[in-house]
Amino acid sequence: MTSSPIELVCPAGSLPALKTAIDHGADCVYLGFKDATNARNFSGLNFDPAQVREGVAYAHARKRKVLLALNTYPQTDNWSSWTQAIDRAAEYGVDALILADPGLMAYATRTHPQLRLHLSVQGSATSYEAINWYHEHFGIQRAVLPRVLSMAQVESVVAHTPVEIEVFGFGGLCVMVEGRCALSAYATGESPNCNGACSPGKHVRWEDTPRGMETRLNGILIDRFADGERAGYPTLCKGRFEVNDETYYALEEPTSLNTLELLPELARIGIRAIKIEGRQRSPAYVAQVTKVWRAALDKLKSGGAEGFSVLPAWMAELNKVSEGQSHTLGAYYRPWK
Amino acid sequence: MKLALGPLLYYWPRQSVLDFYADIAESPVDSVYLGETVCSRRHELRLDDWLEVGQMLAAAGKEVVMSTQGLIESESDLKVLRRIVRQSASGEPGFRVEANDMGAVRLLTDAGVKNWIAGPTLNIFNPATLQLMVDSGATRWAVAPEMSGAALAEVRAALATPIETEVFAYGRLPLAHSARCFTARHFNLQKDTCEFRCLSIMDGITLRTREGEPFLTLNGVQTQSARVHNLLADLPAVQGKAEMLRISPQGASTRGIVELFRAALDGAHTPADALAASRALMVEAPCNGFWHGRAGVEQYIAA
Repeated sequence: MTSSPIELVCPAGSLPALKTAIDHGADCVYLGFKDATNARNFSGLNFDPAQVREGVAYAHARKRKVLLALNTYPQTDNWSSWTQAIDRAAEYGVDALILADPGLMAYATRTHPQLRLHLSVQGSATSYEAINWYHEHFGIQRAVLPRVLSMAQVESVVAHTPVEIEVFGFGGLCVMVEGRCALSAYATGESPNCNGACSPGKHVRWEDTPRGMETRLNGILIDRFADGERAGYPTLCKGRFEVNDETYYALEEPTSLNTLELLPELARIGIRAIKIEGRQRSPAYVAQVTKVWRAALDKLKSGGAEGFSVLPAWMAELNKVSEGQSHTLGAYYRPWK
Repeated sequence: MKLALGPLLYYWPRQSVLDFYADIAESPVDSVYLGETVCSRRHELRLDDWLEVGQMLAAAGKEVVMSTQGLIESESDLKVLRRIVRQSASGEPGFRVEANDMGAVRLLTDAGVKNWIAGPTLNIFNPATLQLMVDSGATRWAVAPEMSGAALAEVRAALATPIETEVFAYGRLPLAHSARCFTARHFNLQKDTCEFRCLSIMDGITLRTREGEPFLTLNGVQTQSARVHNLLADLPAVQGKAEMLRISPQGASTRGIVELFRAALDGAHTPADALAASRALMVEAPCNGFWHGRAGVEQYIAA
């Protein structure tokens, strides 16, 4: 291997995070507007029009790309908010739209045929048959895979589609197939699919009780922490529950995905982009993670797969910003399933 | 209003499944969805067995639909999917297909099948997307359970040509799919060597909060609600917004629930009485929040 074609796609939850990502070596940043049109619809996050313009100018001046996530599903009564978001994104000169809804893709191809389209992870496309459907209908040029396939399964997808494949490399781990999870909607009435929010903050309550610190989501007890134990954010699928009188993380521990050691293999099978999760995280997180992944990709590019090894310092840096200070290979590693 | 029996979401022993559908053949249900939609490791009935069950049900006058797997991961998953599409396209036996991911949509479209059902996991939330499915040959829309009655009425009103609409009306809500098997995890096993523990668990395993409140249900790679979604009390509002109701098979009393729905639709019960009568057949508290545009766990109108 003489060169690595893998692009590093980094999260930009704010303009400072965007600049930090670019400055630390991101090839692309992805961002969203300040509304429900994207799947990280949290207060204090995301971009207004002026910020998108400034971010695009900043990235383009440094020959980097800006991808705009419009990856939630509009409904009849709010449809025009999503199509207007597409129009604005085209006007601001973003390099690609990350979409999940086929209706919106049809609108984008009809109205802005020059715009490059990526299929969002929220599209839940896990097979080449699904990805090729979007390619044939809307000419999508890239698809982001949900975090559910093993390495061999990812390889098979890449081999059977002309569409570039992007995978998650680092950050929060969705245990469920993205775009197919209504757990948050069940508990709070707000869903990642339609409202762009999972376990949204306005439903969260931390309570210091004689039994310990309790975290609740819309009144539902998600976890309880002993003295000295760090109380985590009550994300539904990372809580501790009782199953047959046993209390444990029944779905998944609070942990981050970290595929650094899989990088040579991901390059070999033809992955075209690695996504770093974390638009809700700080610019400091973005800096740290981008720096490590840039270094790893550069090392792979210069030394090839044989010359590649994961430096302990990289892992130490990444573990500092991992959820629960721990990491997993997730579904890439079969026994995780 | 027609009644449909959704696909069996649990893993039951072969004879239990055969007995169950023999009983369903005698029930007042109009359509029956068959096939394994949850986990590709579940093999008590293979595709040929399901097609045979379908033929028995068709002979009993039921419309038969073959449902496709919700999460397609491997080439062998695609192989099953292709066979399901082929049987529909070739007319042998020619059962309709419920497409539960876009891969199925692509295969159905390529095969020229024109009467398939857009399944609840296709994420159809607006008229533009539904119209695309209709243009590709979908003739029925099984609405995602998280969509409210008001929202689905708006989609239908905006559509150029009406489409038969099916609403999830009874059963534990299918809320999420994962690559990970939570049942295997509970028994400290891996999915690849799960010992088929699902076989001994008729209705999934209840996951409770640490206050003992039933919250979710572990069903292999699927996570369901613990509460039973029940629209019996909402039937007057559902009528006019949908033409078909889906009842999801549960371990006990499925036939009783089907009969209760039929009776309620025929006007034998008031909405409140119908809900009250169903309580005796339910293993967990009811909920209907999704229909009302609220948290799914809520029982919005107490009866």
